[in-house]
This record gives sequence, structure tokens and C-alpha cells, in this order.
Amino acid sequence: MIAWKIGGDQGEGIDSTGDIVIHVANRLGYYVYGYKSFSSRIKGGHTHYKVRLGTHPIQAATRHTDILVALNQETIELEGSELQGGVILADSAFSPVLPPGLDAQLLALPMTQMAKELGSGLMRNMIAAGASAALMGLGIQPFYDYVAKRFGTKGAEVVKANQMALQRGYQALSESAHTLKTTWTLTPPIPADRLVMTGNDAVALGALAGGCRLMCGYPITPATDIMESLVKWFPSVGGAVVQMEDELGSITAAIGAGFAGARAMTATSGPGLSLMQEAIGLAAMTETPVVIVDTQRGGPSTGMPTKQEQSDLLAMIYGGHGEAPRIVITPSSLEESFEDGYEAFNLAEIYQTPVFIATDLSLALWQQSIERSYVQNPVPIERGKIVKTFGSNTSEPFQRYAFTADNISPRTLPGTPGGQYLATGVEHAPSGKVSEAPENRARMMDKRLHKIQSIHSRRQGFLVQGPANADLMLIGIGSTAAVNREAAQLLQQSGIAAAVGWFRTIAPFPHELFASATQGSLHILVVEQNATGQIAQLIQMQGLYDQRFATLLKYDGVPFLPEDVAQYAQQLIASSMEVTH
Amino acid sequence: MATLQDFKTEEKSWWCPGCGDFGVLAALQKALVKVGAEPATTAIIAGIGCSGKIGNYINSYNIHVTHGRTLPAALGVKLANRTLRVLAVGGDGDAYAIGMGHFMHSLRRNADITYIVMDNHVYGLTKGQTSPTSETGFHTKTSPQGSIEAPVHPLMLAVAGGATFVAQGFSSWQPQLADLIVRGMEHHGFSLINVISPCVTYNRVNSYDWYKKTLVNLDEDPTYDRSSRARALTRLEETDELVTGLIYQEASTPYEEKIPGFLKTPLAHHDGHIAQEAWDALLEQFE
Ligand SMILES: Cc1ncc(C[n+]2csc(CCOP(=O)(O)OP(=O)(O)O)c2C)c(N)n1
Ligand code: SF4
Ligand SMILES: [Mg+2]
Repeated sequence: MIAWKIGGDQGEGIDSTGDIVIHVANRLGYYVYGYKSFSSRIKGGHTHYKVRLGTHPIQAATRHTDILVALNQETIELEGSELQGGVILADSAFSPVLPPGLDAQLLALPMTQMAKELGSGLMRNMIAAGASAALMGLGIQPFYDYVAKRFGTKGAEVVKANQMALQRGYQALSESAHTLKTTWTLTPPIPADRLVMTGNDAVALGALAGGCRLMCGYPITPATDIMESLVKWFPSVGGAVVQMEDELGSITAAIGAGFAGARAMTATSGPGLSLMQEAIGLAAMTETPVVIVDTQRGGPSTGMPTKQEQSDLLAMIYGGHGEAPRIVITPSSLEESFEDGYEAFNLAEIYQTPVFIATDLSLALWQQSIERSYVQNPVPIERGKIVKTFGSNTSEPFQRYAFTADNISPRTLPGTPGGQYLATGVEHAPSGKVSEAPENRARMMDKRLHKIQSIHSRRQGFLVQGPANADLMLIGIGSTAAVNREAAQLLQQSGIAAAVGWFRTIAPFPHELFASATQGSLHILVVEQNATGQIAQLIQMQGLYDQRFATLLKYDGVPFLPEDVAQYAQQLIASSMEVTH
Repeated sequence: MATLQDFKTEEKSWWCPGCGDFGVLAALQKALVKVGAEPATTAIIAGIGCSGKIGNYINSYNIHVTHGRTLPAALGVKLANRTLRVLAVGGDGDAYAIGMGHFMHSLRRNADITYIVMDNHVYGLTKGQTSPTSETGFHTKTSPQGSIEAPVHPLMLAVAGGATFVAQGFSSWQPQLADLIVRGMEHHGFSLINVISPCVTYNRVNSYDWYKKTLVNLDEDPTYDRSSRARALTRLEETDELVTGLIYQEASTPYEEKIPGFLKTPLAHHDGHIAQEAWDALLEQFE
């Protein structure tokens, strides 16, 4: 495994260089994981892009860096400590200096000068990419091929210029390769057919495959990509994206569309979720399908818009007034993001209630490899109970909210003769007519709250990987579950029988499955990115949080690292042994 | 062809005797019959207020949403199924206070939705507070000394905001109101019909008699040019919006017809299928 990083000023093409490295490595058959530091600033300020590549799936960040491409001295100062024996590939234009005590080899290449010789300072990034290719032993041809594909539409000259820059970088590094104290030889990858995408991409693709043809949204980091992807893709499949005036409008338009029978969604983050709360109650009360993606970020208020957090869980599950049933599903990988992207619409239509896809910034924005075979089309589409026609005797008014054995009432879609009804957020009788009769009220509340419980026979709400009788189980959701998976591997390497458990459905809570799946574990560490331990609170509410449980919380905006989780878990086990001895 | 009876429900109207909303309901039902609407293909999105109860009394597909949000819901319904006749109906508070943001943006978005605002210059359902259309000096429970704010001028806002159809009716003038609603429904694009619908319980100032004395019927003025935004604004300014009739109309292409590649058939009946080649082409960007 190699961890490669490029750093420089924002707006200097850091992202595009990282994109090239990640795509080429993926095309070669390596598993990749790429993440950036980014801030709400558009231009200027230090930024970096890190790519991990290896022959096993990678789903999380790491502290260590092997190769650091530095486009300014600040990068060396800020990122150098990650190296521990690696190489800093720097542009000699800024006269790079290796700070005292830094355990790394500095290799300066005249990147800016070479770029100028090629006629454009902009080519510096391609030179850096070419040099990186040589340093990692990736070969230059795959980079040529990728550039040809990526810039093909811009003309042969652009392709040629980029390829020349790649070549110059590659050659320059090869010529000074003999001076390197460290070299990397990656295990050759097994060729595979994989794609590189983000969690937002995977959710959007899932929605598209799942028949979603209407997206009503209001831009917000880190959810906006979903809207921007769909607006690109929809014209070819007949869908529409509406940029609404606010999130009150976004969710309500999606609900209107759900009432009229379209598979419609919105995607937002914290502040937008807060604005949507009243409408979520409307959808729950009128039993209207709607799908909401919440890509969580640092809250409350504007909080930390570009930083990782998982602090909206309770708002998704309980937010808003009254007691409104909703389903909250929690993907923790690209595969699960795609799956939930379409399944959310099935659930929304089957259960006739709002469905949240709860992701988080790290899962939503960072690129990973995914087997093409996971992102298949077509996907299962189930539309739930819909009455399409009525007999000739349509004089009886349709009972939209009829009480049924499974508490789900057949619905009609506008346009169906004889199926007219009133969907109202006011409490209503089976006919849809307003009713405040106490007996009816209680039955309707029960109907709505109970109907979603059968979701647990449809999907496994909690998954476990690892030994059944684990020394330790790490529990999480979203990107944290992925961090836990790598942490568990680290723990296993140090002889601890570690398992990972992650939620696929957090509301309604998969009580029985969770109880049985965690039964055999000696210690259970709930790892979450929030300050109040929201998952732990949910487990407590179920009466399942016993003395085996502990929490590891982080709310500084920085994602957990597998090595830190593993270290904390080790200490936890060690200290508990002291107590028992 | 549907009859008036077809658009009625068994439910008894809840409004106070003499409420203007009865007239709005009657005119709307007449207009639906006149345009040849069918209950099954008519969708009514109602707001919260006395006015919002209107959906309870019309046999059609109705959704009664949260306060102020009829227009986004109506947009969603329209986009889900373009073959439906979509009407949004609500009060002046619903439209011009809590829903003002959606109102302004719906004007410029111009989806094919007919919006009927039942304007009584007061909050009826919450028992008599100042509304955005209440006149300055209007006494209510929340303005016991008289309102100190200037009223909103919805018609001028609409004309200035890019509306393609702006009309005002009076619930007592049934034939004209029904006719305006018909024309609104026939208009391709967004149509606003602000309807003066007196509240007999909480607004003793803007009464039927007062309106009958002050309202001017523009439809009876052969010199009035309803194709000019500037002239519409001038007339509305001069009359303090105390007019009825079609105020402004311009031919337009509705929003849903401008969306690139957007399906003409209802999304509601779409099977979600994507051709394999299209899917493969889509995945290329991730290679
Ligand atoms: C979010 C929210 N805030 C406040 C209310 C209370 N409320 C109900 S109706 C209404 C005002 C209604 O006035 P208007 O829209 O003019 O309708 P009218 O009753 O006059 O027909 C208010 C404030 C509510 N239902 N929802
Ligand atoms: S309070 Fe006013 S608006 Fe409401 S029903 Fe009575 S008269 Fe009509
Ligand atoms: Mg009112």
C-alpha cells in the first residue's frame, strides 16, 4: 500500500493532479481511496489531496504518507510530519528546505521551469503526476491513456501537451532515481473492472437506477453534488432537477410529487434538514413517500460546513413536532450507498412514509474504488400498494387510509378515476376526512407508527463482520463504520479478536438483531462523530446498553483514523483487564 | 363530461355563514365544469387557514399541506404528472406572509399552475390577527392600536415579479370570478387569481358593501390594455389594487416544457427503466 499526497495553494490544480493519480491507479487495478482537505474558501489557502492505493479495498484515511508532492514550503511544514522515512518531491522553484528533525528525503525537481519550457506554467501539475508515476513504479503509459481519454474532447494538441509534461516529469524522476533512499514496489494488481466515485455519486446513481426522476433541492455542502450529477444525467432519461428557493420548498415539492406518484427526492445537510422538519411530519401524516438524503456535516447552525460529523441522527429520527414515523437508513460504503440510493424509493413507496438516507461528509465526498458489477442496472423496483382501477361501481368514496392487517393502506395516484381522496396533515378518518375522534386518533397514530416495523424482515438493520465471540466489537455508521473495518484489521494483527458491527437501518431500531448480534462480544465500543453519543443514546433507549459498552466520540471535524480507533480500543481492553485481575 | 355535482363532496362546509369562501368554492366548481375538468385528473393543493378547508369540499385529488407551502407542493404534483390540472388554493397569510418566498419564485418559474388566493385581509383561522394585506391602521388582536405596517400589494408584486397571468376577482361577483378562474386554468403557465373573499367575523372594515362601492371592474373598461406590464402597474397603483378582472396576461411557455429532455408522459407511470447503453455511457465518467 502507498499513501501519496500533494499539497499546495488552493486553486493550483491540486485536485486535478489527485484526480489523475487516483483514476490511473484504479484503472490499473489498484484499490484507491482519495480525500482532500477543503475549506469554505474558494481560492487561496493551503490544501492537499491524498490518495491511498493498494491491492486490498481501502475505505478510510490514514495518518501516514509515503510520498509528498510539495508545491510550496508551507506543504512541507504542515504535512512533512506524516512522512516518517518517505520522500518529499518538491518544486525547486520555491527553494524547498527540509526542516530539521524531519525524517524524510527531499528531492527537488525544477517543475515550474520544466513547465515553462513546455510553454505553460499550468503544466506543473502534469509534471508532478509524471514524476509521481515514476516514483510509485506505475509506468507512464496508463497516464498517457487516461489523459487521452480525459482531454480527448479538448483536441489532440491539449492531449499531446499534457502527455509531454507527464513524460518530462517521469523522465526527470527516473534520472534522479538512483539518489532515492526509499523505493516502492507495489504488489502487481489483479486486473479488475472498477470505477472510482464518491458516496454522493453512488447515491445519485442508485436513485437514478431506482426510477427517481425528480430532484428538488437547494444547494448545500456536502450534498450539492447529488443535485449537480442528476441535472447532468436526467435529460437522457427524462427526469428533472428543480433548484428551489429554499429547503421548505424542496421537500414540499418532493412530497407533492410523491403524492402524485413520482419517485422524487431531495438532498441536503444540517441547516436544510432543520428547515424540512415540518414537512417531514406532513409526509408522515399524509402517508406520502419521499426520500431525503442528509449528508451530515458539522453543526449546529452553520457549524463547520466542510467538516465531517454525524450529529444529525436524532434530528432525522425524532426531529419536528409530534410523533412522525420515518425510516432512516445508513449506508457505510459505496456499495451500500448505491443500494440504499434505490432501495430508499422502494421503502418510501412500500411504507408510504419519509425515508432518510443518512450519509456523512467523508462518505459523501471522498473517492473510492467500486466494482462495476455492483452498480448494475436494472435494480429491483417495488411500488407498494397502489390501486390502479376501480370496478364500475365507484360510487363509494375511496378509503385511502383504511385500516389493514399490516397497517399499510392501498393508495391511488391522481388520474385514477374513482380514487379521489383528501390527503391532509390534519388528523383524519380512513376516508381521509378530518376527524378528531379520540378512538380514530389513537388507531391512526398506531397504524402509522407500527407499519414501518416490518422493515426488519425486509432488510438486515445491523450487519457484523468478524468473529461471533469477539474480544471487542466496534460499532458505527456511515464512514465511521468503514474506519472501524480497517481498525478491526489492525486489532486482529495484534492478536485481538475484533469484530465490526454497523447499522443499515437506524430507525426503526433493529432491536432484536442488534441484541443477538452483539451478544457474544466481550467489549463493545461505539465509535461516533458527534459530541453526545447519539448512537449510544439510541442503544440506551432500547435498554441494550450494558456494562460491556463504551463510546469513542470525536467532534473536532476531523475524521477518525483507523490507527487511532485501534489504539483506543487496545487501551480499553488493557484497562479492563487491569480491573478484572 | 363532469357536472357540478361531480365536484362536490358530502362534507358540510365549516365556514361561518356569509363567509366569502363559499363564493370562491362555488365559482371554482363552476369553472372546473366549464373547462371540462374531471375529478380524477384535477389536483387541488390547499393551504392552512379557513381558506385551506376548500379542498375538503371538492371531489378531486386533494392535498392539504403545511401553512404557506401550497406552491412547491403544486409544482411537485405538476412535474410528477403533467396531464393533471393543478390548482393551489390558500389564504392571504398563507400566500403573502409565510409563503411569500414561494409566491415570488413561482411567478418567475411559471409552471402551469393556477393559484387562487382567498384574500380576506385578515387571519381567519387563528381568530383575527393582522395579515400582510391588512390596511395600515387595521385593528386586530395583534394590532390593537391599528396596524403600523404598510400592506403588501400582491398584484403589483406579481406583475413586477414576472407573472404571466394576473387577475383579481370578488367572491360576490360569481360570473366574473368563475370566468377568471377558467381563463387562469386555460392559460399556459402560472396564473394568479387573487380573490377578495370577505371575512364576516374578523374583518368588519373590508366588508361586502365596502368592496361593492370601491371595486372597479377592469373587464368592463374597453380601453384597458392588459398586455403591458407598465400600464398594469400604473393602473394598480392608481386604484390601490381595488380592481377586478384580468389585469395582465402574456403568452408563455410553462416551466415544465422548458426542462431539457423532460418526459411528457407522467413520471408517475414511468417504470424507471434505463437502456443498458445509456447506463454504460453514464458510468464512463467514473472509469
Ligand atoms: C407554521 C405555522 N405557523 C402558524 C400556524 C397557525 N396558522 C394557521 S392558519 C394561519 C393564518 C391563516 O391566515 P390566512 O392564510 O389568511 O387564511 P384564512 O384563515 O384567513 O383563510 C396561521 C397563522 C400554522 N398552522 N403553521
Ligand atoms: S372566520 Fe372569517 S374567513 Fe374564517 S370562516 Fe369565518 S368568515 Fe370565513
Ligand atoms: Mg386570510
